[in-house]
Amino acid sequence: MSYVLIIGAKSDIAQAIAKKYAENNYDLYLAARQVNELNIFAKDLAIRSKQTVQCVELDILDTASHHTFYHALPEKPEGVITAVGYLGSQDLAQTDFKETHKIIDTNYTGVVSLLNIIAEDFEQRHSGFIVGISSVAGDRGRKSNYIYGSAKAALSAYLSGLRNRLYSSGVQVLTVKPGFVATKMTAGMALSPRLTAQPEAVANAIYKAQQKKNNVLYTKGLWKWIMLIIKHIPEGLFKKLSI
Amino acid sequence: MNLTSWGNYPLIENKAHPFTQVKDLEDILAHHEDLIPYGNGRSYGDSALSKHIIQVKPHNLFLDFNETTGQLHVQAGILLSEVLEVFVPRGWFLKITPGTKLITVGGAIASDVHGKNHHNAGCFSECVAFFNLMLPSGDIVTCSHTENTELFKATCGGMGLTGVILDASISLKRINSRYIKQTTIKTKNLKETFAAFERYQSEPYSVAWIDCLAKGKGLGKCLLMVGDFQADGDLNYHPKSNLNIPFNFPGFVLSKLTVKLFNWLYYGKVFKKISQQQVDIDTFFYPLDAIGHWNRIYGKKGFTQYQIILPKETSYEGLEAILSTISKSAKGSFLAVLKLYGKANNNYLSFPIEGYSLALDFKIEKGLFELLDQLDQRVIKYGGRIYLAKDARVSQAVFEQGYPQAETFRALRRQYQMHEKFNSLQSTRLGL
Repeated sequence: MSYVLIIGAKSDIAQAIAKKYAENNYDLYLAARQVNELNIFAKDLAIRSKQTVQCVELDILDTASHHTFYHALPEKPEGVITAVGYLGSQDLAQTDFKETHKIIDTNYTGVVSLLNIIAEDFEQRHSGFIVGISSVAGDRGRKSNYIYGSAKAALSAYLSGLRNRLYSSGVQVLTVKPGFVATKMTAGMALSPRLTAQPEAVANAIYKAQQKKNNVLYTKGLWKWIMLIIKHIPEGLFKKLSI
Repeated sequence: MNLTSWGNYPLIENKAHPFTQVKDLEDILAHHEDLIPYGNGRSYGDSALSKHIIQVKPHNLFLDFNETTGQLHVQAGILLSEVLEVFVPRGWFLKITPGTKLITVGGAIASDVHGKNHHNAGCFSECVAFFNLMLPSGDIVTCSHTENTELFKATCGGMGLTGVILDASISLKRINSRYIKQTTIKTKNLKETFAAFERYQSEPYSVAWIDCLAKGKGLGKCLLMVGDFQADGDLNYHPKSNLNIPFNFPGFVLSKLTVKLFNWLYYGKVFKKISQQQVDIDTFFYPLDAIGHWNRIYGKKGFTQYQIILPKETSYEGLEAILSTISKSAKGSFLAVLKLYGKANNNYLSFPIEGYSLALDFKIEKGLFELLDQLDQRVIKYGGRIYLAKDARVSQAVFEQGYPQAETFRALRRQYQMHEKFNSLQSTRLGL
């Protein structure tokens, strides 16, 4: 059976994705830090789906370990989905570079380190899919979260280039740009219900887009149009706005 | 948004406290009084309503399954429907299931639910190997038929008043088909109905739909449905997609006339005295689950389900008296459910005793509670009791006459200070 590797498997979106892929008869590697905390979730998934679900320890910030991590997997995955994300605190990051560094390294550097290694493997095998969860926050920097947003912008650019590179090898790269999602990360924020997706809906949309070999996915779909407008607001006006 | 029970009556202000992790539950218990656990909100009355409600449904992982023995260990928020979706295709079914699959395992234990096979399989607690219970102190104890047996007997049927059931190990039974071979027996009156129940007692599953508005010599006429699983090896089970009642129906929709018409059509569509059908699991066990929010047909004032049981010796006389009172009142729902039960178990507040049980819905309207009080008196007179999982209004006196072990239950509540932490509207009304 073919495995899907899910990076950052503790997030709500990742867990919804894991369920979706297990339901569709994929075996899973769930990768996260202190992954033993996922044992009970993995067991539940295995009982429900009868698929093999393995937890594998991974520290996305420990880039030196990534090569060993990937090549130690008992069987190479057919696809990889990264749901790594660290929103951090914009206020803190503005004054404390350690926070800025952590935001950039978690959302960008760490993910790139791992995807570089996986891309090599997939390119040689001429197969596979890579799903990178970026964010609408990367489409235009705003004062409320531009450090997180800039890391996600870099990730979106990376995925775009990777897609371009791997096209000729038949490897699919899907960039996912979620808007608001009701998760632990956004708990406590006052989010408009019409613009907020449930993790299960995001997972369904990702599965469908990946199976159809799409390139870029906004979820909810409405965000595609919202971001189109936001991207086209003239900078002279945009800098005065509070959005 | 306040949580409600299935009957949409009574309505009270409450605050929901959901938990996924046990440590979150410890926190909830440490900071609130007047708590009551709440599963999927399918108990009809006020047994799961209180100022502070512990929502157990998010605590819903499968923990372990033994493919050989069919022993399944789950967190208490797992729905019976989830168990079926996962395990029917693998040839397993619930040993005991009530008439809805949309309840949690924790709720099934707390109400010690029963189903169409009560006469030979007993209550839900029969299939429970053990469960873990969080007490008011935050301590977690394992309870089973052999370990902490007092707590086990109080918790099964204890309406959530002993603590929070965290997880449970239940045994499933082997099946070899998603179909049930059903026999429908049409009877003309109560006497025939009773005779039919006796005659078909060896069938694993049985239940009767009875026309509560029928009077005189037609009193007690019913369609008795009995059956058992087929053995054709077809386990290709997919839950049926749902119809949904999108809003509360206006009060006049359910009138004496429409109910009569429905009952006439329902009873009349079966022509033969005895007929046979092949029906699937959802049709046989969970006919009402196919209609989402069917409780809305009773309108925004809500409804209550009145379910009573009488000992076998007094059942005939008692049911005759109760049914004629109901049919004279011209209240009462589309269909009432009648069933012959097997032996009672030892749990302090479990509902079933050996005898006949009657259940029917009443929409909340003027004069209803007076009628139910009258019926209560008949139930008491014939040595019966009412079902707490359905109840929103019974008096403490009537309850106590029906449940001789109520005092044992109270004593245990005091011993563990449960009465200081866990209370529902119902427990307060009944002085539990």
